[in-house]
Amino acid sequence: MSAPVEAPLAANPVEAVLRSFRMPHIWCPGCGIGTTVNCFARALEQSKLNLDKVVVVSGIGCSGRVAGYLDLDSFHTTHGRAIPFATGMKIANPKLTVVVYSGDGDLVGIGGNHFIHAARRNLDLKVICINNFTYGMTGGQMGPTTPVSALSSTTPFGCFEPGFNLPHLAESAGAVYVARWTTYHVRQLAHTMGEMLRKNGFSFLEIISPCPTLYGQRNRLGDGLAMMKHFKQQSVLRHGAPTKEVGIELQGPIAVGKFVDIERPSFLDVMNEQLGRTLEAEYAGCVKDHVPD
Amino acid sequence: MPEEAPPEAKKTKKVRGTVVINLARCKGCGFCIAFCPPQVLEFAEDYNPQGYHPPRLTDPDGCTGCDLCGLYCPDFAIYGIMLKNGAPPSAAREKSDES
Ligand SMILES: Cc1ncc(C[n+]2csc(CCOP(=O)(O)OP(=O)(O)O)c2C)c(N)n1
Ligand code: SF4
Ligand code: SF4
Ligand code: SF4
Repeated sequence: MSAPVEAPLAANPVEAVLRSFRMPHIWCPGCGIGTTVNCFARALEQSKLNLDKVVVVSGIGCSGRVAGYLDLDSFHTTHGRAIPFATGMKIANPKLTVVVYSGDGDLVGIGGNHFIHAARRNLDLKVICINNFTYGMTGGQMGPTTPVSALSSTTPFGCFEPGFNLPHLAESAGAVYVARWTTYHVRQLAHTMGEMLRKNGFSFLEIISPCPTLYGQRNRLGDGLAMMKHFKQQSVLRHGAPTKEVGIELQGPIAVGKFVDIERPSFLDVMNEQLGRTLEAEYAGCVKDHVPD
Repeated sequence: MPEEAPPEAKKTKKVRGTVVINLARCKGCGFCIAFCPPQVLEFAEDYNPQGYHPPRLTDPDGCTGCDLCGLYCPDFAIYGIMLKNGAPPSAAREKSDES
């Protein structure tokens, strides 16, 4: 027996930004990607941003499907190229809020070079990386974040390459905002996403997310729920921790929190300053189009 | 002397929140059930069209409408709302299209 309620299904806050006609989505039972979308929907709602000016860019992968399910101006680009696509968009139309929402393989494997250069430039992108420690969509291969000794379809005897510590990579390359949570931390995720939407510059959020189908089962971490409970148990809140200390090992502790939140002129700030100074009147007319609202 | 609220008002006040469930979308992951703070959800016995057991409220009076289930559900199949005196906020009141 449930309480008598007349509220419609459509009043679910996520529906405001969801292409509902495409549901059910392709994600497996217990996959964490959908959970992050709820957090993103709440962050957008609270941000009071004009959604006509918010764009979401994804690459390829299970995580890359997010763009296709969002009822925003969303772009499903080629593998690894979400950041260059987003870069062009932001520079051509600085008034847009540009969110890059993709997987670890997409963003820091094939797309790693774009990632470090966008951070170096401090381009105003909000980069959300779903880290499930594997290439989910293609069958659970080892990727740039797979922890040492983890099993994958391409490391049947255990991975022996060290994986990236993504917060450290982002900070070292120049990001002005760096945070990490797991899919267990839903309220924190919504809060952090809200902060990123307001931040000027390259902001990065790593979300540790369960891929029960291809990573969890192979590594005896159980189903999605067991992985969520594991994240809850293993997470250690470490706001402001030096990022070089927050690498993740298989079954080890997961440092979570906001690690970096600093100010540094963004790509567009510096571009406007430099071109305004050198081109003077010639550039003055363009400046108004190149200043974010 | 402080006035006692009439017994009916007390009773309706107890219902603080509830959930709206899209039964067909659920994939039975159990996130909503495991992480509901007052533990008022459980798997229903019935199957949905996809072959999963969706959640159901065990104790309607216990739900606070905190919407944590709505934040967790990876399939956008449930969300919580706060109730005022047992009724959903008027903006949200429309005909239910629950399937
Ligand atoms: C140029 C190119 N190379 C390889 C692929 C195959 N491919 C598709 S998705 C993917 C990996 C995705 O991994 P990740 O970004 O971690 O996302 P997940 O599926 O785990 O969410 C790969 C290698 C491709 N589509 N295009
Ligand atoms: S393969 Fe893994 S990442 Fe992809 S939908 Fe399934 S659980 Fe999610
Ligand atoms: S709204 Fe909160 S209290 Fe109610 S069922 Fe969902 S998680 Fe539990
Ligand atoms: S979280 Fe969603 S998909 Fe999972 S059991 Fe609850 S309603 Fe079903």
